[in-house]
Parts: sequence; C-alpha cells; structure tokens
Amino acid sequence: MSEYILKNARVIDPGRNVDSIGDIGVRDGVIEAPEKLHSPEVIDLSGKVLSPGFIDLHVHLRQPGNTQAETIATGTAAAAAGGFTSIVAMPNTTPAADNAGAIEFLRQNAAAQGVVHVLPCGNMTKEGKGQEMSGIGSLKSAGVVALSDDGRCIQDHALMRHVVEYAKSFELPILDHCEDNQLAAGGVMHEGKWSVLLGMRGISGASEELMIARNIILARQIDWQIHMQHVSVRESVKLLRAARAEGIRVTGEATPHHIALTDECIKRYDTNYKMNPPLRSESDRQAVIEGLADGTLTAIATDHAPHTRTAKEVEFDSAPCGIIGLETALPVSYTILVKGGVLTLPQLIRLFTAGPAEILRFKNYDLAVGSVADITVIDPEACWTVDKNTFRSKSRNTPFHGMSVQCRPVLTMVAGKIVHREF
Amino acid sequence: MQWTKKDLLCLYDLSAEEIEFILDTAAEFKKVSERRVKKVPALRGKTVVNLFVEPSTRTRVSFELAEQRLSADIVNMQAQSSSLLKGETLLDTVRNIEALQVDLVVMRHSAPGAQAFIARNLKCGVVNAGDGAHSHPTQALLDIFTVREKKGRIAGLKVAIIGDILHSRVARSNIWGLLKLGAQVTVAGPATLVPREFEEIGVRVCHNLREAVADADVVNLLRIQHERQTAGFFPSTGEYARFFGINDETLKYMKPDVLIMHPGPINRGVELTGDVADGEHSVILEQVTNGLAIRMAVLYLVAGCVKK
Repeated sequence: MSEYILKNARVIDPGRNVDSIGDIGVRDGVIEAPEKLHSPEVIDLSGKVLSPGFIDLHVHLRQPGNTQAETIATGTAAAAAGGFTSIVAMPNTTPAADNAGAIEFLRQNAAAQGVVHVLPCGNMTKEGKGQEMSGIGSLKSAGVVALSDDGRCIQDHALMRHVVEYAKSFELPILDHCEDNQLAAGGVMHEGKWSVLLGMRGISGASEELMIARNIILARQIDWQIHMQHVSVRESVKLLRAARAEGIRVTGEATPHHIALTDECIKRYDTNYKMNPPLRSESDRQAVIEGLADGTLTAIATDHAPHTRTAKEVEFDSAPCGIIGLETALPVSYTILVKGGVLTLPQLIRLFTAGPAEILRFKNYDLAVGSVADITVIDPEACWTVDKNTFRSKSRNTPFHGMSVQCRPVLTMVAGKIVHREF
Repeated sequence: MQWTKKDLLCLYDLSAEEIEFILDTAAEFKKVSERRVKKVPALRGKTVVNLFVEPSTRTRVSFELAEQRLSADIVNMQAQSSSLLKGETLLDTVRNIEALQVDLVVMRHSAPGAQAFIARNLKCGVVNAGDGAHSHPTQALLDIFTVREKKGRIAGLKVAIIGDILHSRVARSNIWGLLKLGAQVTVAGPATLVPREFEEIGVRVCHNLREAVADADVVNLLRIQHERQTAGFFPSTGEYARFFGINDETLKYMKPDVLIMHPGPINRGVELTGDVADGEHSVILEQVTNGLAIRMAVLYLVAGCVKK
C-alpha cells in the first residue's frame, strides 16, 4: 500500500490535545512516524487543518428500501465529500436492520460499494416498532456499534428499561430519538408562535423534554449510557446539563440545522424545512448552541435524511420529515459556531471527532502512531456558496442551497486511502 | 389603485389599501345582485375550476354562484372524483388542470399552505377557499365587509372572536384583516382552544366570555366541532354553551348595538341560542349575501392579473 506524508498542516487532534503545525505520516493504512517512511507521496497542506476523520453518529443511507433517495455508494460518497470517514447507519431501512442478517447485508454492501467506514446500528426493537426487543446479542455479534429506533421512540417505559439493561450486558450504547407520541400529537412543526400563525399542528417541545427526562432516570437507575439524538429544545439541554453534572451517563448531539435555522423558516411552506424533531424557536436554537459551547452536547450529527424531489414536492402536511446534511455539516456549523464566535476551531473539531468517538466507546480516537489513518483535512478560510447541484448525495432536499458559508473539507482519507480530494 | 396580484392566498399578504379596494369593488358587485338581471359579462370567456380537496357546501355554492354571475365557464372537481385518490400528487393534478388553459383555480385543501405551494408553481390564478386551519380570506373579507357596512368603519372597533381559535382559519384570516384595518381584536374561549401565542401579534387573549365581549362592537362566534370534544379539548358541548355560548342573558352585558356574527353553519344552542341567531343583533344571513359580492370582487380582480 502507498505511503504519504501530509506536510505543514495545522494538526488538531483533540484526543491528544494537540494543536500545532506538523507532518503526519501514513503507511499501510495506519499512522506512521514520517521519518520511518521509504518513498512517500508528499502532500503539502500549508494553510490547511488536519484532524482525525470526522464521525457522523446519525445517517440514513436508505439502502435497502429506498435506493431512489440514496444508496450506500452515494451516501458514503457524500460523507467523504463532507469530510466524514465514519458514519453510523440508522436501522430504519426497509426491511429494518433489526437482525444479524440485515447487518451482514449492510456490511457486505458497505465493503463493496462504500468509500467510508459504515458503522452499523441495530434496532432496539423488532422493526423499530417499540413492542418487542430485537435480538440485541446477535446484533452485537454481527457488528453493530450501537442501538437505536431512530425516527421513533419506545413509548413503553418498562420495555425501554429492559432494552437499556439488556444492552448494558452487551456493552452497546443506546442512541435514542426522544419523543412522546401523545404530546407530539401528529404535529408537523414546532408548537409555538409560528405554528399558531400558520395554522399547523404543532409538536410540543415537551414531547422531547419528557422522554429525555425518562432516559435520564433510566440511565441513572441502570448506570448505562443513553445518548439523546438531535436535541432541539431549551429545556432538554437544561435537563442534560444537570444530569451530566451529577455523573449520569447521558450524552447528546445537535444537528447543524437546529443550530442554524428556526421555525420561522416554515412561513413559505418549503418542505425542506420539515424534519423531526422540528426546527424550534430562536430561544431553543440559542440553548442548543449554548449546550455545544459548555460541553453539555458533545457531538454534531447530521441526521442526513435523503428524500426524492417527488416525495418532498407536496403539501407541507404530507411531506416526509428530514433533510440531507453530510455535505453541509462542517461549513454550516463552522459558519454559525466559529465565525459566530461561540467555539474555537479545535472545539468544533472535537464535536466531529473525539466527541462522537467517546459516545461510541472508541478507545484512543486520535492520530497517534499506529492508529488507523482516518484523516480529514479542511480549509477553514474557504468561502463558498452551497450549491445542491454539486452534491454527491443522490438527493437534493436541503434548506441550505444558496447559503454563503465558510470552511470546506478538501481531503478525506479512509484507512490510508484518499477518498476525496479537492486540490 | 390598480390590483396586481394573480392569487388571493392570505390576508397577511395584503396591504390595508388592497383590502379596502376589494371591499369597495364588492360594494359595486353587491348592486349587481340586487338587479333584476343578476349577471355581468366580466369573466366571459374565462374558465374557473373549483377544486375542493376538502368537502364544502356553502363556500363552494357561493363561489359557484359568484362565477356564474360573472359569466365564467365553470368546472367543479371534488377530491372524491379527482385523481388525487389514484396516487397523483396535488401538483400534478393542478398542472393537468392548467394544461387545459384554465384561468383560475379556486381551491380548498386540508393542508395549510397547499394553495401557496401550487400558486408558486402555476401561471394561472389561485384563490384560496380555505387551507386547513390557516386561512380563509374570502370569509374574513365578507365578515369585514358586513361590519363596515353596518358600522361605517373598521378602525377603532373592538371585535371579539369566540370559540375554537386554535383550529380556525376563519379566526386567523379575520385577525390579520382586522389588525391591518386598525381594529382591536380579542380572541376568547377555553385555553385548550385559544393559544396564548396570538398575544405576540397584538391580539388580546381572554378565557372569560364576559370580559371578552363587555366592550365589543362585534362578536364573531366560531363553530364548535364535535370532534374536538372527542379529542379532549373540552368536556361537552353543554359545558361549552354554558360558559362560552351567547344567549339572552349574556346579551344583557354586551353593548346595545353589538353585531352578532357567525360564519356558519351554526349549532343552535351551542355557540348561540336560536333566539340570538334570529334576533335583532344577528347579521348572520347578511354575511352569506355579502359573501357572494366579495367572491365576485375577488374573482374579478385576480382574473385581471392572470397573464395569458
């Protein structure tokens, strides 16, 4: 296999608290000391920033079941272009990834067609229906890194308790979509001023808050880790902050859209602003940003949810929830958080690297010699305009088309292989 | 002034001047309906499709009559007979309608924003005949027209809207129209049906009927739907009538010249007693008459802006 020296980059390696100009060597897919290489290809990265590969905890690849919207090939290509070297594949495919065979299918296809690491996530319950526990032990043997019923939330608290206890025996973290169905009441957007003015059925923030409280109670009682997906409500952040201060094993992620957009965006009924959890109020948006800044939320995850143009080109009520995010996550987050003066660049990079790695219980996710050469290089000075027509994703359902952003992934290396390069 | 919009979607989109222009135009058309021959050639040669994706009798009949009196050619489509049930998207349905060289689509739909969504994608004009709980502009215009006719003005009047504000497109459209014309608006009913958020746009929110109507010049009562009871928004229509219904007793603490309005169909004995509905304060049937004039005015104005 080939050898590389990645020279003169600003190396930001949150796992080892490194932030300095330096060279990184790669041989046979792992990090190697530059002086030990024989005939490396030298890539000059002056002015660029190099870090461990980005991890996205929350991606819908749609294969099997909806390959018109995305495939493993296009989804992982979009990930590579967005700077991600590992993505966690949500199990709500058709059929659902609730058994070892489905995980085997995903792994084989990812190995054959994927360009980044696809980390399988299995359903907590059969078909994600929240009624019967899935074969969690077998899922673990098949290679899942976590469990989730994303898109849905187990409403039966006793069942959730058993799932968390059982998952603990197999050391699998839980990634939970927190939503009380009764309080969500079939809503299509955040319940607040804008749902009232637009006459739309609202999803109360309390629907998220209630299930986050439930999960905190279970995590404390069982002493196992529960990760809250796409945290969107001010009070949810507050609950998590208090629970983490007490040492309860709960974590949370934020999506780029919940830190960049609010429910007011829906006034033109553009279905590219429809997702679940919905875009919330400005006060909620600020609270999620504060949660990222003070370490309450330790990961940014995209909830990349591709849908075809046909599926989204309908009345707002009828549109499916979700937007794509892999190719806009870094620039949107950088623009809002770093340009916005809330985070430093190393803090932002932690949310894409060491943060999600800790949630997945990875040991030593860093650029130490001997680590797998998963590397992301970004150009923090690049100013550009989002153009959905340049996306590698098969879908175009983004609210960020036309947005002026700063920072761009320019080189992505997965296990020593360059899978994306823009210079 | 010159009318410039090919669509009528929501009163929020209109200026006070535009709203008044519609009202003035409707006043002219109202005279037509009082003649022996009730027809004018204003829309001769134009085709209007009434696309009702949500069932309606009263609004549909009112639009249809308005179109006939303007001499338009009319096609009526209901969801049951359209291809929407066969899996065609709404956008495909209306694009097919437009391909038949139609000038105007009058549409009712259960999804808020459905008309705004198709109007963006069509060259023909779109008139909103009700989109979910969002907007019902012609109803609000006819309500405001009736008030102006009776009171001579809108600015400075106190208007109370009572009932299921949460689910009401009539309430939302009235609120925007009345605020733009300078009225003071109060919404009232139980808190389950009257969201506080309306305060953020300058509407008074109140949960006590007496307080809401004491100084009102106009009281507009909204229909209470039985399905809201089964969904748990209030315990019974009997209890609703007791605390929020208008009867002879409640009339006593209202202004002596108060107007009682209702968009219909009325539930006698729930929102108001039969005596009040048929009494001297009620303008409920005049609202229906004025609806025709408003719809003629709206169709006439927007049709003039559709580019051929």
